[in-house]
Amino acid sequence: MTDKTTGTHGTTVQDTPAHGDRPLVELRGAGKSYGNIRALHGVDLEVHPGRVTCVLGDNGAGKSTLIKIISGLHQHTEGEFLVDGEPVRFSTPREALDRGIATVYQDLAVVPLMPVWRNFFLGSEMTKGPWPLRRLDIERMKKTADEELRNMGIVLDDLEQPIGTLSGGQRQCVAIARAVYFGARVLILDEPTAALGVKQSGVVLKYIAAARDRGLGVIFITHNPHHAYMVGDHFSVLRLGTMELSADRSEVSLEELTNHMAGGAELAALKHELAQVRGVDVEELPEETDLKASAAATPEGKS
Amino acid sequence: MSMTQQAQPAVTTPPAPGPKETDGRTARRPLALRLLARPEVGVFLGAVVVLIFFLFAAPPVRDGSSIANILYQSSTIGIMALPVALLMIGGEFDLSAGVAVITSALTASMLSYQLTLNVWVGVIVALAVSLGIGLFNGWMLIKTGLPSFLVTLGTFLILQGVNLAVTKLVTGNVATDSISDMDGFEQAKAIFASTFDVAGVQVKITVVWWLVFAALATWVLLRTKYGNWIFAVGGNKESARAVGVPVTFTKISLFMLVGFGAWFVGMHNLFSFNTVQSGEGVGQELIYIAAAVIGGCLLTGGAGSAIGPVFGAFMFGMVQQGIVYAGWNPDWFKAFLGVMLLGAVLINLWVQRTATRR
Repeated sequence: MTDKTTGTHGTTVQDTPAHGDRPLVELRGAGKSYGNIRALHGVDLEVHPGRVTCVLGDNGAGKSTLIKIISGLHQHTEGEFLVDGEPVRFSTPREALDRGIATVYQDLAVVPLMPVWRNFFLGSEMTKGPWPLRRLDIERMKKTADEELRNMGIVLDDLEQPIGTLSGGQRQCVAIARAVYFGARVLILDEPTAALGVKQSGVVLKYIAAARDRGLGVIFITHNPHHAYMVGDHFSVLRLGTMELSADRSEVSLEELTNHMAGGAELAALKHELAQVRGVDVEELPEETDLKASAAATPEGKS
Repeated sequence: MSMTQQAQPAVTTPPAPGPKETDGRTARRPLALRLLARPEVGVFLGAVVVLIFFLFAAPPVRDGSSIANILYQSSTIGIMALPVALLMIGGEFDLSAGVAVITSALTASMLSYQLTLNVWVGVIVALAVSLGIGLFNGWMLIKTGLPSFLVTLGTFLILQGVNLAVTKLVTGNVATDSISDMDGFEQAKAIFASTFDVAGVQVKITVVWWLVFAALATWVLLRTKYGNWIFAVGGNKESARAVGVPVTFTKISLFMLVGFGAWFVGMHNLFSFNTVQSGEGVGQELIYIAAAVIGGCLLTGGAGSAIGPVFGAFMFGMVQQGIVYAGWNPDWFKAFLGVMLLGAVLINLWVQRTATRR
């Protein structure tokens, strides 16, 4: 799969079905320690082409560590990290990019004062002409950027406008379209909806779906179970650096997901204690037995 | 464009609209307003106003030779203002640019005079020294992560001291000896400091170099990968790095470009005056920076042009000479500068707010 041809969109999409069910990216019992602090432990994750894998978790649950391992910013210290079935260890984000793993960060990777089309091609500009006169192929870049954005359903009045004038959601979408165009097979989205309003979030979710429909494996990091449930095929909930839940869409309901995210399991354990305290209404809290979907919880569980 | 649809979507893919459709939320502003929002148009209008003002206030300005003189004055500022502007767009600035010019001239002058070499040897060594100073500035900046203000302030003080001390040490004087009778002087003078005739008016060759460099800088900035990177490293360094722009290379090479400019102006000074005063150049760096800012370059980086500083430098040259032609006290020059600078900064600020308004 090293025949990644940047600049010709679609080629990487067509050959994905040949791999059948083999995950593009797989973590087996992966973990990461910073000195004596164990940020992540025993995490299993699979990313399949054309599927959205959601990683949910509260602040400090280990979501960032997880994506940093996959995107090549950090290295795992335990377990295995496989791309196309072979174990890998990335030392720079560039290596991850070369294997088709692109990360779209919340704020990073656009230059606000530069026009949309220049941002789209920044770092991978199209050129024409021999060396001393080698220049940007502006015509082709604008046309390509426009086509690619339209293919993702993004319509902009003017590609010359500084990208800083776009809304947060639109900027995310341009970043997603750019990653898709430059041959990404796996798209990691770091809380793309975190800073957005309801409508803007909807727009971003739509483009996540569009990326999935083009055959990409998507890792969608979020702490909003409602957003995750709208596009997700598989859900992994991280809690204190370990996997609390790993379930397919068919195995888990939005309610259960929300409970897990809201620390439902812990709340249930607290229920009995709280019941002793006067003035605390525990009737509405779920019982521990209601959270049966947590079958995949790691043996270590929570504290 | 073909799309391969595979999985069962929970949310459907939006349809790709036709090529003519727009989202229709941004009304197209009138051409005049859009032009005015461009910083180089603002400074162009400013330069025209200043020119017209002095055409009326100082009748000698109407003469062709006065215009040639004003252009010459502008070109010596303008040649340095160009790389300083590119560096500023790239998010940094260089306080050592003024004294670096003198350093370069001193190197070429003293080396060829003391060792009785062909002046071209001195010229080449001076180029190496100037590029080296740029390399040092850029390298220090990248390695330490300090703001360029501090790094280049250090270089500025070092060079200022070295210029004086080394010149006194070598020549026993604060100025270098005249090199006008040395091998290769005439050749070098033809390139760096000659004069040619246009319809009876003597025009300095630096005016031509200035405009050639400006055209080149504009092309590089707007039409090449490197130009794209300059905007990117100035606009958002971290983003640029994340998408694969060689940030270190771009920043260091920009400092070296300022070194090249310092070398060129230094050579001009040397070959037009034959000797170099070692204490000069202090304060010039602020003139270059001011010309770039008046020319619409954003002090914080990420926006600007190469053509703006051309008009910025022209405004400087115009005011500087215009005051003399008008018979006023030349001390007014600095006051004028201050007013122009503040005006330009306010316009820049307004433009940036307008451009990034949601």
